[in-house]
Amino acid sequence: MSLSTKQNLVLIGNGMAGMRTIEELLKLEPEKYSITVFGEEPYGNYNRIMLSPVLANEKTLEEVMLNDDSWYLENNIRFKKGKKIANIDRVLKQVIAEDGTEQPYDKLLIATGSTSFMLPLVGADKQGVIGFRDVKDVDTMISAAKKYKKAVVIGGGLLGLEAANGLMKQGMDVTVVHINDFLMERQLDKAASTMLQKSLEEKGMKFLMSHASKEILGDERVKGLSFQNGTKIDTDLLVMAVGIKPNFELAKTTGIHCERGIVVNDTMQTYDPNIYAIGECVQHRGEVYGLVAPLFEQAKVAANHLAELGYGRYEGTVTSTMLKVTGISLFSAGDFNGDEDTEELLFTDFASGTYKKLILRDNIIIGVCLYGDTLDGSWYFQMMKDGTNISDFRDSILFGQAHLGDAGHGDETRIAAMADNAEICGCNGVCKSEIVNAITEKKLFTLDDVRAHTKASASCGSCTGLVESLLAHTVGGDYSQAPSKKPLCTCTELTHEEVRTAIRKLGLKDHDDVRRSLNWKTEDGCSVCRQATNYYLLCEIPGYNDPESRFINERAHGNIQKDGTYSVVPRMFGGMCTPKDLRAIADVADKFKVPEMKVTGGQRIDMFGIKKEDLPLVWKDLSEAGFVSGHAYGKAMRTCKTCIGDSWCRMGTQDSTSLGIKLEELTWGSWMPHKYKLAVSGCPRNCAEATIKDFGVVCVDSGYEIHVGGNGGIKVRVTDFLIKLDTEEEVLEYCAAFSQFYREDAHYLERTAPWIERVGLDKIKAAVLDDEANRKALYERFVVSQKPAQIDPWKKHADGADANQFKSIKIVATA
Amino acid sequence: MSQWLEIVALEEIPILGSRVLETESENIAIFRAKEDKVYAIKDQCPHKQGPLSQGIMHGDSVTCPLHNWKISLVSGEALGADEGCTNVYETKVENGIIYLKS
Repeated sequence: MSLSTKQNLVLIGNGMAGMRTIEELLKLEPEKYSITVFGEEPYGNYNRIMLSPVLANEKTLEEVMLNDDSWYLENNIRFKKGKKIANIDRVLKQVIAEDGTEQPYDKLLIATGSTSFMLPLVGADKQGVIGFRDVKDVDTMISAAKKYKKAVVIGGGLLGLEAANGLMKQGMDVTVVHINDFLMERQLDKAASTMLQKSLEEKGMKFLMSHASKEILGDERVKGLSFQNGTKIDTDLLVMAVGIKPNFELAKTTGIHCERGIVVNDTMQTYDPNIYAIGECVQHRGEVYGLVAPLFEQAKVAANHLAELGYGRYEGTVTSTMLKVTGISLFSAGDFNGDEDTEELLFTDFASGTYKKLILRDNIIIGVCLYGDTLDGSWYFQMMKDGTNISDFRDSILFGQAHLGDAGHGDETRIAAMADNAEICGCNGVCKSEIVNAITEKKLFTLDDVRAHTKASASCGSCTGLVESLLAHTVGGDYSQAPSKKPLCTCTELTHEEVRTAIRKLGLKDHDDVRRSLNWKTEDGCSVCRQATNYYLLCEIPGYNDPESRFINERAHGNIQKDGTYSVVPRMFGGMCTPKDLRAIADVADKFKVPEMKVTGGQRIDMFGIKKEDLPLVWKDLSEAGFVSGHAYGKAMRTCKTCIGDSWCRMGTQDSTSLGIKLEELTWGSWMPHKYKLAVSGCPRNCAEATIKDFGVVCVDSGYEIHVGGNGGIKVRVTDFLIKLDTEEEVLEYCAAFSQFYREDAHYLERTAPWIERVGLDKIKAAVLDDEANRKALYERFVVSQKPAQIDPWKKHADGADANQFKSIKIVATA
Repeated sequence: MSQWLEIVALEEIPILGSRVLETESENIAIFRAKEDKVYAIKDQCPHKQGPLSQGIMHGDSVTCPLHNWKISLVSGEALGADEGCTNVYETKVENGIIYLKS
């Protein structure tokens, strides 16, 4: 495409919001526009939230630059720095800079941000009176610190305290003047605020609380500040950090509708359809935002519409706050004060400086205020956004996520204190410094970015909280949190829940039907959504299968190993076997020269190193010896582990092996959202470890205890007790009903443990225990789904089904 | 000297599926996309040599089964934030037969 056919896009405001939109747009439609950027400041785009660390000598300006001059060049963007736009001519569709530069536009993006709100005090025009907003303010403060001694900061909010901390680090004697009787009243309650003030005082900061400023004293330069109560204080520098105001004068004078900011709709469009606006200068659904997190969500939406894709919608952001003062951790979100209808969970330890408060309404978190120990901030915040019912772990929630049924990680989680080589992500072997370097060097802002670049937390996800904390510590407080509505994958805006409901309600028949009916962005989907959709389809339509949308393990009915060979696990019901079974397995191992064998954790025998082309032959021999597939490779029912029970054991109370066999005969072959394990223990000594299984039975003298939702994996979780039953028949019925409810309700790749924590045990009890008709219906649906599932896939392939898959093509090589 | 080698009938590969071609020097994964488009790529992920032929194919890329790297079937390059490249080969389909340029 030649330059002349491109449309002109003009961006006013070279800040984080505007440039983020351009970056998002370049990802979507790199060739669509010829782009011109006007910036009032004489720099490239820098990370404004990192100005506090620059002032505190913890970072340099270069380190917080996001896009330097060369970036604009590389991306063919005309960058007019140091040029302020004086006027927008909406009729001729052009912008005019103060120096007369004219630039026509087809689409205009306004991202003029905000400015410091300056108190209209007498003397506010004196030298040495500044706000705290841009690089110029920081430069003024740094040079003042070299010449002068005393500084006063008006405003004990987030920005004021960061400015005061920075000035202190520059060697000044700093007093913070605050009109209220406690600090950061918009982000903290009084108790946390008192702890904050105490630790800041220990660092040397001084405070004048409940002081209303009256007049700025001095001649040309500020010399002091007087108060309404008649007192006064001497100072050489006065920083006003009482708030920011959206900068929308330019838009307003050209007649674009503005209230407290430029009014935009859910697509970030202003009342002029050719003009979009974004960031701190806009007002969306009555809200004006002064934090960074919302900007990123808005940028995605604006870019989507500038690219004319037309499906993004911005629905507002729930924001959280952190303070960027080294050595001080605080976190707050939502309504942390509460009212007469709310409840409060509180943990206070003044000696160690720890304060945690959660505000609940009907067991749902609506506000969070943390001081000292903020590691779980992002966890609480996510539950707040998701509206998670916390009644099941209400008694331990204040101790944090690490204490939630977890024996794995404990609380070895003080991010800032961790060594650079401390391993954060065990799955992918990523250490702290690798993550921090990637965040700084590649300018990452979101958890997804960090995952893509470092793989940290991309596998099992158990270190997500740690990675998020690292991100927050490295890029500053309000990094971009994951959006509350999480799409299934990048091919769609829909969530797991929405896709599944649509398949059910619309009766969608196959993959193409799903992608077409639900407006997928990609024709074929991707490896993430295809596998999920395949599961949701087969769950609705028993017997449905699209091999090309299955992970290779489920396509080849074996586990792919790192050298490309497969492992084979024959099913041994209940872990029981005979000498004949073992001989048959040994014969197969000899015949196919199996290099290594192992007894698995689920009481089966695993044969490693089998070549793909040998699989059907191996299966043929196993099948003739009476074995079926063990499904050790699938998101499926895996094994039922048993102990020997009362047939031999002197402690045994019931025939656990026979019950285990019956349970496995009922459930084998079932496709599940994730792997699914059963166990039956013959007595409460629990040798089969039934209380860390998805469905566990513990036999007692008087019957059978049913336990669900256990997990022995990455994050150990002990089961929840579901019910005690009298007969084996009941156990089988409840097992099928519970399994089917999990199959129909959980997200794909969600094990029973996180599923139960997400939906709550009450929902499961209601579906499986309380409602007998529903239990029977679930049981029936499970039985129906099992008919096609229990046609042994190994025998099918041994008999020649899909034979091509296992045969490679060989051609005689030519010279 | 390059020439077109006859490989296999198109219909012996399912749509969005693949077959492995064994040659003396290496394995090549042959993928069949929609509308009878065919791609050939060295059956070795640039990351840890995973067999790309066993991955899930979508559009003109494939996801490696070992660690989910996405590889372009057109250029052989890793997509997204990953970096690496593997070989690709020219193919054509004539009268329902897949040919590979050697």
